Amino acid sequence: MAATKHPQILFASMLRGGQTVLLGEAGWVGDPREAVVAHDVEAAAALERRGKEEVARNNVVDVYLADVEIGADGAPAPLHYREKRRLAGPSVRPDLWVRREERLR
Amino acid sequence: MTAHEPNLAARSNEPIISYRYDEHDRAFVRARVAEFREQVRRRLEGALTEDEFRPLRLMNGLYLQLHAYMLRVAIPYGGLTAKQMRRLAEIADRFDKGYGHFTTRQNLQYNWPKLEDVPDILEALAEVEMHAIQTSGNCIRNVTSDQFAGVAVDEIEDPRPTAEFLRQWSSLHPEFSFLPRKFKIAVTGAREDRAAISFHDIGLRIVEDANGARGYEVHVGGGLGRTPMVGKVVRDFVARADLLAYLEAILRVYNRFGRRDNKFKARIKILVHEIGVDEMKRLVEEEFAAIDRGPFAFDADEFARIAAFFAPPPYETLPGRSEALEAKKRENRDFAVFVSTNVAPHKASGYAIVTVSLKPIGGIPGDASSAQMRLLADVSERFGFGELRVTHTQNIVLPHVKQDDLFALWRELSAADLATSNAGLITDIICCPGLDYCALATARSIPVAQAISRRFQDPERQRLIGELGVKISGCINACGHHHIGAIGILGLEKKGQESYQITLGGDPTFSASIGELLGPGVTAQEVPGVIENLIEFYLSQRREGERFIDLWRRLGHARFKEAWRREGEDGVDI
Repeated sequence: MAATKHPQILFASMLRGGQTVLLGEAGWVGDPREAVVAHDVEAAAALERRGKEEVARNNVVDVYLADVEIGADGAPAPLHYREKRRLAGPSVRPDLWVRREERLR
Repeated sequence: MTAHEPNLAARSNEPIISYRYDEHDRAFVRARVAEFREQVRRRLEGALTEDEFRPLRLMNGLYLQLHAYMLRVAIPYGGLTAKQMRRLAEIADRFDKGYGHFTTRQNLQYNWPKLEDVPDILEALAEVEMHAIQTSGNCIRNVTSDQFAGVAVDEIEDPRPTAEFLRQWSSLHPEFSFLPRKFKIAVTGAREDRAAISFHDIGLRIVEDANGARGYEVHVGGGLGRTPMVGKVVRDFVARADLLAYLEAILRVYNRFGRRDNKFKARIKILVHEIGVDEMKRLVEEEFAAIDRGPFAFDADEFARIAAFFAPPPYETLPGRSEALEAKKRENRDFAVFVSTNVAPHKASGYAIVTVSLKPIGGIPGDASSAQMRLLADVSERFGFGELRVTHTQNIVLPHVKQDDLFALWRELSAADLATSNAGLITDIICCPGLDYCALATARSIPVAQAISRRFQDPERQRLIGELGVKISGCINACGHHHIGAIGILGLEKKGQESYQITLGGDPTFSASIGELLGPGVTAQEVPGVIENLIEFYLSQRREGERFIDLWRRLGHARFKEAWRREGEDGVDI
């Protein structure tokens, strides 16, 4: 199995609410610790396939893979600041950012 | 959209302060809401794919951003009634997170609507004669204008009847709904340009010919974005009777020759640049000569009917100087400062124009909470005729305040954090949403604006520095107008980090110019120090009455670059 340059997770936006979500084992999650991490090309392709199926089911839109690094706690963290921002919410209104568990509602 | 009820204006008991829908308008907007409701239903049920639905939602102003959908609400030429402002506040509370963002296009954006709620939002807007149509897509967008329209002392003519005339002409125009790219029109009727008409696809300046007849100086091909251009004058004078036919000719030339193969070269500014202004003029004149004038025949009665909606409200007869105002200014220094910065002269004796800054120190430029919106609606009624204006500089204007009422108004505004005395000063920063919200952004812009605002928060120093436009964009698309800031800041990505380019010398007015890049990018943390260096240089070099932009023009790039490189007080050697 060919390794990807960096581990990857799958980002999407929920169709109904537009919230940022990540693909987990059993569905879409808001917490990166629950996201499925692909370490090789095949696993990344599988993530994309699942994402496209979810698009076809009209659950999410705009799915894409993003590079991450695995932290000391084992949680994936995006390498690029755009995806970091997507997970952290607007830096200028932290008071408004929804809790991760609320993102799926 | 053409209104058809000639007596409508006479039926209301309230002062007429804005265009009002007739049954034709109302039916059209309601039909559009019903249509979109059905489209959303079909999308949620899976009958429409995202590829099919995306253009439909965009036609209704609905984008998908980094964290949520974003709905852009049209505010034609920036005019709002108190009732409409209250409705915007209600929608913010009921469907969003209790605030809205006023934009450089004089519109309002909600940052958190849910797709399934959008039809209800549009219905709530339609009830107060508002919509989100043509706030996106490759069509003629919301026509913008001077926020002091109808009340400015330097005005030749109120531009709003023209703007409304154009709004009706351009709404769902069948030939111009799928242009090569978006198309923006701005109109001013004043001697000072407060609408940045040189940076629109078409800019219209109301002028008089030698006989005193009113017409339009037509600028074409202005714009910002990745290829900023100053619009070129293609006609010194177009008679009012010919306006629609002439604009139709410009749009037809653009529709025919504008590039559709490359999104980044599709705006009319690129066409004008590539073929040259003389060839553009020739093509437009040729089309104008050949055009069937029948459908565009000027209806003077219709123009007069529209203009009647913008007739002056029933002002009281007042002396030009308010003794009450002068006394309060003597008693209260903060109030006196507010008057000196945020109050402009009014064409009606005894009245004033008030700019309410949406730029509190350290705040988010252009954001207003629902409570602030309600307060603005209330004070517009108590201290005016229930009318408000949104400015392209992301502030709110109360256009008809009695000088005698200014102190009471200021106290109300102060209590709601709406009395920041900085209109036109260094902390009155134009700023796009940037990477805190926007899917297109390459860097954050709001935190940079906040840092500059805090750095220069001292009111005395702000006034010492004087008139200065700082404008910040979070990407090359330039929604924050950085190209036309005397100091412009552009956020980009550089080696995986947010990086900021500084430009100097931009000017949005009739003396239009595009800012020049000063040097390599700096970090967000370094930006305030760089600005500090530039300001210190300006203060040390300026002559009596010389603005920052004037000094830039006198000394030029090299001298400012030296100042920029100077080690700042933060110890940052840029």
